Amino acid sequence: MRIVNLAHGNLYALGAFVTASLVGKWLAGTRTLILYLLVPAGAFAAAAVGALLEPTLLRPFYRRAEEYQLLVTFGLLMILEDLMRLIWGPYPLSASTLFSELGSITLGDAIYPTYNLLVIATGAVAALFLWAFVYRTRFGLLLRATAQDMRRAAALGVNVNRVYVQAFTIGCFMAGLGGAIVVPSQSAVLGMGVDALVLAFIVVVIGGLGSLEGALIGALIVGVFREIGITVFPEIELAVLYLIAAIVLLVRPAGLFGRAT
Amino acid sequence: MNTVALPVTERFPIKMLAWAVLGAAVLASLPFVIAEYQTILLAYGLVMAIAALGFNLLLGYTGLLSFGHSAYFGVGAYAVAMMVKYLHVQSMELYLLATVVASFVVAILFGFVCVRYTKIFFSILTLALSQVLWSLAYKFYWVTGGSDGLRVPTPTLLGGVIGGNEDKIYFLSHAYYYYVLVLFLACVLVMWVIVHSPFGKALQAIRDNETRARFVGIRIRQYRLVAFVVSGVFTGIAGALWVPLNGLTTPDILYWPFSGEIVFMCVLGGFQNFSGPIVGAVVFNYLKTYAVGATTYWQGLLGLILVFLVLTLPTGIVGMLNQLVRKAKKRASA
Repeated sequence: MRIVNLAHGNLYALGAFVTASLVGKWLAGTRTLILYLLVPAGAFAAAAVGALLEPTLLRPFYRRAEEYQLLVTFGLLMILEDLMRLIWGPYPLSASTLFSELGSITLGDAIYPTYNLLVIATGAVAALFLWAFVYRTRFGLLLRATAQDMRRAAALGVNVNRVYVQAFTIGCFMAGLGGAIVVPSQSAVLGMGVDALVLAFIVVVIGGLGSLEGALIGALIVGVFREIGITVFPEIELAVLYLIAAIVLLVRPAGLFGRAT
Repeated sequence: MNTVALPVTERFPIKMLAWAVLGAAVLASLPFVIAEYQTILLAYGLVMAIAALGFNLLLGYTGLLSFGHSAYFGVGAYAVAMMVKYLHVQSMELYLLATVVASFVVAILFGFVCVRYTKIFFSILTLALSQVLWSLAYKFYWVTGGSDGLRVPTPTLLGGVIGGNEDKIYFLSHAYYYYVLVLFLACVLVMWVIVHSPFGKALQAIRDNETRARFVGIRIRQYRLVAFVVSGVFTGIAGALWVPLNGLTTPDILYWPFSGEIVFMCVLGGFQNFSGPIVGAVVFNYLKTYAVGATTYWQGLLGLILVFLVLTLPTGIVGMLNQLVRKAKKRASA
């Protein structure tokens, strides 16, 4: 959709905070099964905020230079960060019961937390769902058409504004889902959004803008390299990621799977 | 290259010069009038103004939005801190010399990669590269002090001729303030010459229409690279001047939200004007200081201001003032 949202990481954080606070509050006397059902709440909250933000703040900027988008979303980042501080306070929130409840399984010599398997499954389902949505539904067709040529799509009768809201909302839903699913194994802290955003940027840059499979591969590359970096040479763990991104941009400006623009 | 004869419509800007001299005089006399705290605050503002001025050579004149200028600011600051820690150098002039070299090298390396792209790609790439430096400064704690940062004591100015043994506050608000002021004025002058030189005009041509500029015979990538490097060195100088004021350098100044602050300053002042970044940096400095003092939620407040600015005042403070002056003149003549 050609929207660069610097505040995307904050929606990820929002998902984490909403889920963590719900789980924390409803913990007393509730069966854990219900608690697991609460996890997507963070995703829905982020989606709702996204649906609100796109028409009010982002829409006025599609006709202006792309740089203004960066500026306005940077402002948004600062606002959201402090709103979360206002609502949830400066302390980390945790939902670790969900993590510890499942225990761990033994795979050969290694002990692996069961919850992480759940995370992997969720990620796979979400990716599949998103792919099907974009490439196999009528809505996805309209979405891709609009991304390719907004004016022509509008001339052919597509309600472009609605497509934009929906696409942005789905993007925010995915960000919130990411935050919500990660919060039981870590915890929700202020500033997690800013960190997540830069990682997400690297993922997308490596994979290629506007490419779902690219984002998936990019995420795998980033994840694997990060873990290797942490075990082998922790000091350059992050630097390596940024360097990979820079090298990919140099060799293939559009990313590994990106279409040339 | 043949020079094309242009009608000389631009006379030497006497009016402009008068304003500049007046501004310099006011800035020079302020330490006698305002409190020491205010003077130091103003020094911070002037330092940031140098950085914003350098940044604006890219955004305002070349049309490239860098989200990674924290890199050069940080390189400047860390170059000074490293010299203190490992070489026990105290001379401010040597700091500045080393900073110019260091930021020049980093800017050439980064610029070589970045100027192949424009628009959002350029922004993201500059951001990613600046984060390489951030993560290095953050992780190599035995070299850089990690998140604790490095301490920088008061330097000697001009080989110890002025300043020296006085109280630190007095030193910062007098000797060091004037040091910053002189360098600031020098930077303004140099930048003025650059943007009004044929080179500066070429940059603006590239900004306005890349294809046409190429047809005229401008080597776009080279020009962009030179602009990138000049911009980085200015920002590096600002970083070096900033460290003694702050007394400490931490990886925060390499983290990308700090780049966002530099962008903010230019938008606040108005990046379409030469003086916009200067005004924006000084105003932003006050804004941030008082917002931090007034509320825990200063970040949100600044964010609101930024969104409001971009939505309603895209030409910034200076642009708005210019408009008001023009309107007033029209009314007076009518």
